[in-house]
Amino acid sequence: MSTRLFGKRIPRQEDARLLTGRALFVDDVDLPDALHVAFLRSDFAHANILSIDTATAAARPGVHGVFTADSLGDYWQPGPLLVPPPPIDGIEFHPRTQVPLARGKVRHTGEAIVAVVAESRYLAEDALADLYVDLDPLPAVVDLEGALADDAARLHEDLPSNLAARAFQGKGDYDTARREADLVLGRRFHYDHGIAASMENRGVVAHWDERLEQMTIWDTTQAPIPIRNGLAAMLGLAESQVQVIAPFIGGGFGPKIMMYYPEEVLVPWLAMRLGRPIKWIEDRQENFFATTHERAQIHDAELAIRSDGKILGVQDRFLHDSGAYSPYGLTVPINSQCTLLGPYDIPNYSSEFRCVYTTKTLVTPYRGAGRQHGVFVIERLLDLAARELGIDRVEIRRRNLLPPDAFPLDHGIIYQDFTSLTYDSGNYLPALEKAVETIGYEQFLAEEQPRLRREGKAVGIGLVNYVEGTGIGPYEGARVTVGASGKVNVATGVGTQGQGHFTSFAQVVAEQLGVEVSDVRVTTGDTREFPWGTGTFASRGAVVAGNACHAAALEVRKKILKLASEVLEAAEEDLEIRDGKVFVRGVPTSAVSLGELAIRANPMRGAVAPGTEPGLEATTYFGPDHGSTASGTHAMIVEVDTETFTVEIKRYVVVHDCGKVINPMILDGQMHGGVAQGIGNAFFEQILYDEDGQLLNASFMDYLLPTATDVPTIETDHVETPAPLNPLGVKGAGEAGAIPVGPLFAQAVEDALHRPGLEILEIPLSPNRLFELFHGEEQE
Amino acid sequence: MTDSHAGQPTHDVTVEVNGRREQRAVPARLLLSDFLRHELGLTGTHVGCEHGVCGACTVLVDGEAVRSCLLFAVQADGAEVTTVESLGTPENLHPLQEAFRATHGLQCGFCTPGFLMSLLPFLEENSDPSETEIREALSGNLCRCTGYQNIVEAVREAARAAREAADATPLSGGRS
Repeated sequence: MSTRLFGKRIPRQEDARLLTGRALFVDDVDLPDALHVAFLRSDFAHANILSIDTATAAARPGVHGVFTADSLGDYWQPGPLLVPPPPIDGIEFHPRTQVPLARGKVRHTGEAIVAVVAESRYLAEDALADLYVDLDPLPAVVDLEGALADDAARLHEDLPSNLAARAFQGKGDYDTARREADLVLGRRFHYDHGIAASMENRGVVAHWDERLEQMTIWDTTQAPIPIRNGLAAMLGLAESQVQVIAPFIGGGFGPKIMMYYPEEVLVPWLAMRLGRPIKWIEDRQENFFATTHERAQIHDAELAIRSDGKILGVQDRFLHDSGAYSPYGLTVPINSQCTLLGPYDIPNYSSEFRCVYTTKTLVTPYRGAGRQHGVFVIERLLDLAARELGIDRVEIRRRNLLPPDAFPLDHGIIYQDFTSLTYDSGNYLPALEKAVETIGYEQFLAEEQPRLRREGKAVGIGLVNYVEGTGIGPYEGARVTVGASGKVNVATGVGTQGQGHFTSFAQVVAEQLGVEVSDVRVTTGDTREFPWGTGTFASRGAVVAGNACHAAALEVRKKILKLASEVLEAAEEDLEIRDGKVFVRGVPTSAVSLGELAIRANPMRGAVAPGTEPGLEATTYFGPDHGSTASGTHAMIVEVDTETFTVEIKRYVVVHDCGKVINPMILDGQMHGGVAQGIGNAFFEQILYDEDGQLLNASFMDYLLPTATDVPTIETDHVETPAPLNPLGVKGAGEAGAIPVGPLFAQAVEDALHRPGLEILEIPLSPNRLFELFHGEEQE
Repeated sequence: MTDSHAGQPTHDVTVEVNGRREQRAVPARLLLSDFLRHELGLTGTHVGCEHGVCGACTVLVDGEAVRSCLLFAVQADGAEVTTVESLGTPENLHPLQEAFRATHGLQCGFCTPGFLMSLLPFLEENSDPSETEIREALSGNLCRCTGYQNIVEAVREAARAAREAADATPLSGGRS
């Protein structure tokens, strides 16, 4: 190969289409004769449905149908349980999944009750005003602890309480550790996660071609193949009759995973039922109510530690808000439970969570997916212990980091992928030291901070660590094909929501096939192009699909060399592939192009040897035994205005280790975006429900996302500990940026405010909340 | 799209969109964003919030950046509208688009057309903006993927390229 493409900052192949407005997003699919859907959604958090009168709405001009749970017949079924209970001893789990349209009762504001189909969205929304739905309100269930009170209203009457799940996991013997500790430090932590708020709302367009008996669905999903499989079964069609296309997706971040959202289930059914293409595009307000959230956990956690700062054990008991249903199983709380352990040697751990049903929008993974809750707890406990023991905050972390020879490390507790939480590799100290040096930690504390404090400025510094289990199985696949033009086609089953797969996968393949990246065309998210796979989530695209692309490219490379060896009458060892041709080394005149070989590999006449497969093509699958463990250190310097309590981020440093890097430009972008979402989460973003379960801030006027003036320049750096369990040596990076920002923010702000007794035990922190904490009002 | 206006009174609207005269009869309440996307098929203008915050739907109306979700199509009667489709093509990107590509100023790309359209008039008025000015200029558009850092870099890069182009051809009054 002439040049290495793996590891290069190559501009993205998909950008030209996106920049010129020519990339296809779901809402760009305008089919002739399409009808449009609008949903009547519950105004109440919890209510019995007494009656629904659709007659007036159905009679409006332009309305083609009005549908309730009862009109769906047998098609009305609760959605599938997407993640079954993990194999944890003694686990209790009472799954309840969302329904296509509410029947009998509603369980959160925004739950869909009636679907109206009309000639346009405008007309469909007009008709909503003519629906008469009689709801008899029930008490809302909002507070996590209140949800478990004996007199709490029950969301699911067939369950004995609002307890959705309970699971205990641990290792060692915490009680002994507690007895042996010099200091036992317990606190209650509240961590509220924001919502994904991708810029593109959800949308589904379905077209049933009666003559071809083919269903085509354009869907803003991160996982088109599971959606195709599920919908085919629900609609009574073969998988091959259903094509799900996830075209360009305007951000996913978790909630666009294979959810079988009510709208996703209904729109294809309506297309068959009405014989017209059907389109539904979520509006922003619906997105707040009907797209899944991530939200609060409450942790009662305790750290047992020696006076020299060595952690002996951690105990954690936490509540997790599941919302009204639990289709995505226990992924989020299990991530919290597992990720709390972080990069530290914690020999004794005792953790139990309880998930509760509340009358709120469902909780499913959003970037970080519960990991940040766990990181917040351990990092804050270490800060508090450092202060109590008189040890520097960085030093207490150094003393507890797992050493580089600790890997592979099996924690013996079950992770979200149902295997034992195993760190494949890691080397934590170099990242920490790099962050310490880059941000100038020692010098800041010794010189700058005292100087600035003398000037009356409230400046503080923070540094935190995290580990992220990424790249989980089960598997992904890829098909690599060299065409007669010599260009290469790569098809994968994952979807793409901005991660740059069109470029990074092309780099992986081009590296093996000796072509330019621009000669490799990558398809993602089209079930007809590639029919097997899981999806894009859990920071797994590059690891699992990337390695599948790599493996397929290696197979094709073998086929190329074998055929070229026959054509050029040279041994395979003497051949090299570069510039789209195969050369005999040292004989520049003896060469054959990949296109020519592709044509020869697919003969039109004559006989082929038995067992010959046509074409220069290979389909390969990759499934790792375990995920790969990424890690890193973030550090920041802040200044707090002690009158307004606005926080200005002066510097932000990320040192990240995700193993081998395919494209550093794309990786940095992932870090920037993750940190920005983390900043939003730490500082602005909080979904507010009142005691009646009303969502109070369902607009971008009231739920504030970070803007360009809120996010600082992020200084990124990397250390590289290759992943041992996949041939490319890569680890996932999609979520990392967002995970440690909360505890970092809390630590730096606490340091800046420099007030004895002030402990920040919650996220998010608005200026208002900081003011209250600082002045002691509402101190808990 | 005729049936989609079933039963609604319509008004004649004439708009010059990307230099081309377009005439339609539309209901008074049809948003300019929906008019561009679904009447004219110019789907490069994206709709992210429909309440004027996210800026994804930004277009130029008579040269000024506006949110097309906050205007009715009838309000644009007689106006000149410029959308992202008027800039470069995939083979021949506009320098601002090229700067976004070179600096990785986009990820999912959904918000990008709105950023580009907001920045066009800004860069015409500011040939050498500071980082603070750039961030202020960007603050009316939301991006959930990039953290803005590379967008800031793209704007800096585009301004630099424009200055160099102006130096090379002193009489050119900025590109069109």
